[in-house]
Order: sequence, then structure tokens, then C-alpha cells
Amino acid sequence: MNFDFSEEQKLLQSTARDYLTEQSSLAHVREVFEANAGHSEQLWKGVAELGWLGVAIPEEYGGAGYGYLELAMIAGEIGQALAPIPFGSTVYLAAEAISRQGSDDQKKKFLTGIAAGDLVGTLATNEKVGTLTEASIGATFAGGKLSGTKIPVPDGDVADFAIVLAKEGDGLSLVIVDLTAKGVTRTRLDSLDPTRSQAKIEFADAPAERLGAAGEGWSVTQDVQTRAAVLMAFEQLGGADRAFQITFDFMMNRFAFGRPIASFQSLKHRMADLYADREVARSNCYWAAWALENDHEELPQAAASAKISASDAFDNVTVDMIQMHGGVGYTWEYDCHLFYRRAKVLSHTLGTTAEWREKLVTHLIEDAA
Amino acid sequence: MDFNDSPEEAAYRAKVKEWLDANATLKSADAPSANLLEEAEGDVISQAKAWQLKKFEAGWACLRWPKAYGGQEATSMEAVIFGQEESRYDLPPSIYGIGHGMLGPTIMAHGTDEQKERFLPDMVKGAEVWCQLFSEPDAGSDLAGLKTSAVKDGDDWVVNGQKIWTTGAQFCRWGMLVTRTDPTAAKHAGLTYFIVDMEDSGVEIRPIKQMNGASGFNEVFFTDVRIPDSQRLGAVGDGWRVAITTLMNERSSIGGGGGGGASIKDLIKLAEATEINGRPAIEDGGVRRQIADFAVRRSGLKYTGQRGLSALSQGQTPGPEASIGKLVAAIMGLEMGEFGMELQGAAGILSGEDSIDPTWQQTYMGMPGLRLAGGSDEILRNIISERVLGMPGEPRIDKGKAFKDIPSGTAR
Repeated sequence: MNFDFSEEQKLLQSTARDYLTEQSSLAHVREVFEANAGHSEQLWKGVAELGWLGVAIPEEYGGAGYGYLELAMIAGEIGQALAPIPFGSTVYLAAEAISRQGSDDQKKKFLTGIAAGDLVGTLATNEKVGTLTEASIGATFAGGKLSGTKIPVPDGDVADFAIVLAKEGDGLSLVIVDLTAKGVTRTRLDSLDPTRSQAKIEFADAPAERLGAAGEGWSVTQDVQTRAAVLMAFEQLGGADRAFQITFDFMMNRFAFGRPIASFQSLKHRMADLYADREVARSNCYWAAWALENDHEELPQAAASAKISASDAFDNVTVDMIQMHGGVGYTWEYDCHLFYRRAKVLSHTLGTTAEWREKLVTHLIEDAA
Repeated sequence: MDFNDSPEEAAYRAKVKEWLDANATLKSADAPSANLLEEAEGDVISQAKAWQLKKFEAGWACLRWPKAYGGQEATSMEAVIFGQEESRYDLPPSIYGIGHGMLGPTIMAHGTDEQKERFLPDMVKGAEVWCQLFSEPDAGSDLAGLKTSAVKDGDDWVVNGQKIWTTGAQFCRWGMLVTRTDPTAAKHAGLTYFIVDMEDSGVEIRPIKQMNGASGFNEVFFTDVRIPDSQRLGAVGDGWRVAITTLMNERSSIGGGGGGGASIKDLIKLAEATEINGRPAIEDGGVRRQIADFAVRRSGLKYTGQRGLSALSQGQTPGPEASIGKLVAAIMGLEMGEFGMELQGAAGILSGEDSIDPTWQQTYMGMPGLRLAGGSDEILRNIISERVLGMPGEPRIDKGKAFKDIPSGTAR
């Protein structure tokens, strides 16, 4: 057996790390954060040139035609760098939805555009405060036109197109909308992490085309979010690893009572617990990557387990990151809050951990029957 | 990335299965799993000895050991495959884990040729069972604080003192004993390691009754027990280094599966059979989230194990992540026990035949033991932070002093 990433995949990971260390330093993340710029255009162009946007897109649509394991490696690095780019919305969600459901024409247009770095995409589902449900969808698609409001839409202000969950007749469908078209109004929203911007998008008879079959929108959304959750979990795990390392380095070099604070047992034991959290998450992520790559029937459980444990690992380490740093950890100047914010934003992306726990337990009960 | 056997592994597994099918019966699906904190007794011992001899005769004993000592020089992965397949059959519990896993390798590393010839063959065949005599009432996590004394008298050493938490002492022929031979030397420098005859008249074995009523361990008292110098393992004063060899071989798999036998499926069945506010408990949001949380940790542990096996299969050493297994599993086991009791409401405190499902209370009563066995949670966190992560140790006030000048044990 070989339940691990290959040497080639690990090489891709280390190349990605080298690039992001140069091009997505925490200083650069902070520039984007403080300018409230939404994302780094320069970094987006760079990752497009490296071919990261098309890693899992087939070669006939301009991608590299690798699989999800390679994409997972890159996702982890995007996470550890806190890269301020709409990578997840475009690659895990929009590209995945179109790969799974698109017509050949749609694939040609959108996958080729994504792989080339010309198109930023996103998935727009939520409308109301609280858990996403079928009944909460009010946006309506009829006669090639979409009307309604989506809020919050991740990267909605920078995306070129959105895949929107809307009512069509008695059911729900997914439709593709050009966000620069007439009938679309976008508003940037204030949110916890301005490097992962959020928008309100209002549609008033905006031109739209259906993606996949009518009435299949809800199940396709679940499918796409499940697949995206695996990659997002790697991104969260990458963030957790970096936050842990920064905290560790600080503790080894910070002296109190004549000793490095890393020598105090009360703090070491917390670091041991955070290490355990991350390894539980990493193992679930590996399981989920394997299930995604092989389209295995365990994918729904594996993806939920990865998303929950990676969310918890990233959240927990950033809470303690601030505490272990002491007073400086609570300042604007130190980077702890960048991690703290990103962790919480990602654990709310694609559904909260509470929603994923509910999905997981539903599968477990079915299996136990 | 895959879970598949390599062609060599698959061929080996087929060979193992063929032999096991011919010599044992598969377990039924609902057979209870063996409990670490329960002691094997009586008939079970002779059955276990018979099974070990059978394995030896067919070439399946101590697979990783050198052929010179009766092993097969198999790979780690082959030994794992045999263990995986063997665990599916209805067989007596193994009473050889400590001997084959820890003590045999210690004799190989530090023993004389005479000691290896005398002891290893009978250990492989299973004719003689071995126990480990390390912990003392005043020396548990701080093992090097042990006080059992050995004093040289002619060609013998005379041993007096007490050991504790000894698994299997009552049916063991030999024990591996760490003693203090020089209380004026520094703490770790005054120790010496011996092989002791457990049938000596000066050895008294008393079972320990645990808080859950079971007896999985013993106290062992030594009164003027004479050990010939030929049964000393390693040099006088070098016992700590020899003991470390034993502990490095301690299997990290204690509790690795997690949760003391109760499964997520069992918990779901219980939640379907009990009620909260007049509705099945399984419909309660809090219950559902808790079950999901257990499942996430359980799968995390399972696939951490798979990562370790994968390293073995690739001919590498498993990574440090294996060290989280018992820590995470024992804490979760305790939580699962508590949760199962809570689902039963007031009836959760009823025991044995008066309980509708005693598993949960038994788990609740067993897990505090697992949290201490083979390294307490706190020692495991020290190991992770200091050895895995590389954080500095606590300042020590017992370094560089004569052992007799260091306070130890419980002040009264």
C-alpha cells in the first residue's frame, strides 16, 4: 500500500511553496488586507502563468490534466501562504461544477478561460441568514433570465461569472451568469477577512444559461460542495501548519522567568494537543483526497470528516496562536489576526462545521441501518 | 495513493490466510474484543501456549526476529499482515506481546551469547512467558526514581523491594527487572538490569484489584531473592540504557484503534433506542453533533494508522504522528463512555445485568486506566512536545545529585 502523496506530487508542493514564499509573503497579504483590495491581481496572474488554475482541468480545455492529488498539494500551499486570491471559488467550485455538469461549449468557454487566467468564477448559493436549505432559495430562473439576490457570495465582487442556485419551475437548477452583464448589481461587503472578499449580488432579469439538467441544482450543489470541501480542507490544514510553526518559533525565542516559554509544561501540553488536532485532520484529509481521486463511495463521509477536522484544527491553533504570543498577539501589527480571521472565514466557507457535522451524521446513520 | 497490497504483499497475505484457514476458525462478527485491562487466566494460558508452538513449528513465530534466534527475518510489513489476518480468527489472547515485542529485542541487544542461547528459543516457542518489572509505587512516570535494591553477595545479587503494574506475573517463568545497585551514584547511573526467576520462593505475586473490580495487573514483592550474576543483562550501573532499549520497543499500538471496543455504530443504535423530550435521541441536534465529532476523531485515528502502515510498506519508519494514537483514543473513549451513559438517562448508572447496555459504563470505568497505561496522557504530551516537536525540557533539580539525596515518592 502507499497511502501517501508521490514524490512528484511532493515536488510540486515544494515548488509551490518556494513560489508563494516569494510572491505571497505575509507582507504582501497585509498590503492587500489594508488596501481592502479584495485580491492580489499580480499574484493571480502569476499562479495562472504557472498553470495552477488548470491543474485538474483536462488538457483539451487548456489545463494540465493532472488529478485532485496534485490540486490538493497546491491548495495546502495556498492555505499556508494565506494567498489573497479567489482560488477556491474559481478552481474548487466554478471549474469543478462546469467539469461535472457543463456542455462541451460551456467547458470550452469557461474551463479554457479559467485555465488561462482570464476568468474568475464563483458559486452563489446563500440568500438568507442561517443554514442553506432548498426552501431558502428565492432567486428565480425562467426564459433565460435570472432574478433575485445572493448574499454573501465569496469573491463575488472580483468574479467574472457566477454559478447561481435558483428556482426553475418546481425545482432548483444551477445557472451560469456573466457578472459584467446588464441586470447585475454587485456590492462589496465588509467582512472578517478582506483578502477573501464577500459581495451582495442582485440580479434583475440578468441573462443566464442553465448548467446541467433542470431540477438537479440542489443535488449538484451538494456534490460540488462536497468535492470542494476536500480541497478547502487541505487549504485549512496548510494554514494550520503555518500558524503552528510561527507560534512554535515565537515560543522558542521568547524568554520569561529566565527560560524560553517553550519550556513551560502548561504551554508544551497545549502544543501537543494542537499537534494531535492537526494530525487527526491531516489523516482525514488524506482519506478524503484518496476518495476524491478515486470517486469512491466513501467520499461524502471522508469530505465531511476532512472539512470538520481541518476547520477545528485551524480555528484552534489560531486561538492559541494569539494567546501564546501574549499581548503582542492581539496587536494589529503582528500577523496572528490574519490567521485568526482566515481560519474563521474558511470554516464558514462551503457551510459551517455545524452543517458538515449534520451531513456526516446523516451518512453515518444511513450506514448503520 | 492507494491502500492496495503490492504484488509481494498480496502473495504473502494469501499464504498467511491459507495457513490460518487450515489451522484456526474465523471469529463471528459480534465477538467481543479483548480488553487490555483484563487478565488472561487458566485454560487460556495453555491454549495460548499451544497456539504459539503451532505457529513456531509452521514458521510463523516472531516473524521479524533473526533466524538464528528462531525468527523468520520477515519485513515489518509482513509481520503486520500476519497480525491483521490473525486478528480475524477466534484464537486465545496473546500473552507474549511484552516478551516478543520488548524483552526479546532487549536480550538480543544487550545479552551475552549464553543468555541468548538459554532464553530466546524458549521465548519464541512460547514455552516460557516473560513479564516486565519496571514500575514501582514511587516510580511510575519518573521511572528512574526506582528503589528496589540489588546488593552483590559473592557470585549472586540479593534483591529486595516491590514492583507494580506487572501484567501476567502469575503465569510468567521469567521477569526483566531493573534495580538500584548504587544509591550513592546519580539517579540514572546507579541502576542495573537483571533476568529474574519468577518461581523463586522470595518472589510474592499479589493481584491488584482495580477501581472497576477487575484485576489486570499485579504487585510483585522481592524478599532476599538471589539472582546469579550470570543473569545480569548489561553492565553494572548501565541498567537505564538497557531499560531504554526495552521501552523503545514498547508497542505504540496500545489503544490505537480507539474507544475501548464501542463503535460509532453502537452509539447510533443506542441513540435510536433512547429518547430525549419524547423523541428518539438520534433526532436531537446535540446528540447528532457529538456523534459526528466522535466519528471524525475515530476516522482520523484510523487513517493515521494507515499512514504508518504505508510507511512500513514503503520500507520507511512510521512518522511521529503515530504518537498521538493512545492520547486521542483514551480521551475519546472516556467521552464516549460518558455520552453512552448520558443517553440512558437515570438508568445509565445501573450496572451489569441490571443495565440495558453495560458497554458504556464499562468503558467509563475502564478508560481512566487506559489514560495511564503505557505512559499517562501527560507523559505522552511531554513526549510529543519534547521529542517530536523539539521543545526544551523542564529544568531538572534531580540532575547531578546522588540518588539518596533526591526526594521521591509521596510525602506523608
